[in-house]
Amino acid sequence: MIWLVLVTMAVMLAAALAVIGLRSYLAAVAAISVVSLALSVLFAILRAPDVALAEAAVGAGLSGVLLALTLRRVGLWTPAADDDGEDRP
Amino acid sequence: MKGNARAFASALFLIGLGLMLVTLFEALPFGGAPMQVGQAIAGRALEDTGATNIVSAVLLAYRGLDTLGEVAILFVAATAAGLVLGGAGRAEAQGTPAGFILRAAAALLFPFLLVLGAYIVIHGHLTPGGGFQGGAILAAAFFVPLLAHPASPVNHGVATVVEAFAGAVFVVIGLAGLVGGGAFLVPLLGAGTPGDLFSAGSLPLLYLAIGLKVGSELAGLMARIAAAGDPARQGGKA
Repeated sequence: MIWLVLVTMAVMLAAALAVIGLRSYLAAVAAISVVSLALSVLFAILRAPDVALAEAAVGAGLSGVLLALTLRRVGLWTPAADDDGEDRP
Repeated sequence: MKGNARAFASALFLIGLGLMLVTLFEALPFGGAPMQVGQAIAGRALEDTGATNIVSAVLLAYRGLDTLGEVAILFVAATAAGLVLGGAGRAEAQGTPAGFILRAAAALLFPFLLVLGAYIVIHGHLTPGGGFQGGAILAAAFFVPLLAHPASPVNHGVATVVEAFAGAVFVVIGLAGLVGGGAFLVPLLGAGTPGDLFSAGSLPLLYLAIGLKVGSELAGLMARIAAAGDPARQGGKA
């Protein structure tokens, strides 16, 4: 059990560092969702299934979508630029 | 000089924060419950409300008024965001169509997300989850097809009606508790058999109202942001 916790925390830390390091804004938003998803796994391990569900639905799902939509709103991500693998204008 | 002052202030803040956290962790016994009320509620929640999910019993029966406040805060936040992002007036059928993977996945996911969200809302008093979590999944279920087909028109009217109706139902159930039980949001209709779908009195009805309200609110909010973020729908202003 302790190994599962350590692996989850390592994934969280790696994803959180990736948010800072990644050059693509959209990839950084995906990494934020990974942090939330790993955190929800941690909550499930700690026997808080209600909190885990809320974290997975809101933290990993809706807030990721919200951030991605905001990127589009401010013009940092356009679906056309996605095809070229180029996210920054 | 200015940079030095900022660095000094940051260091001071970090030291203070560290001291505060160390003091807190020193004072708290690890693993032990610092408060007694949790043990008391865990002991008697089942016979008080009939809900096997004690978190739901606390959320809707012991502190139902707080939950009403949470729903009200979410409502005000969604309304303010809708006000800032503009009304539903300019929903022209435009927008770039999504790729094949997103379109196929949206068609595949929609029924499953719908069933999962409804299950989590309806079984909120029996299993982990409830109105807020299920509502978020319902919102995602209705938003994913919109993401795949940005050109499809959004009917904000239905979402607004569902939202207003669900909010009114929550308050009406609370008022019925005031009349029938002597206090606002007192669980009515008896506890029933714990573990049955139709048990725990009026708690499932409250969760159904919360689920519908949260779902329609979040879906409408997402649709508004998506429409506002699409340069094609803004008349060229990106």
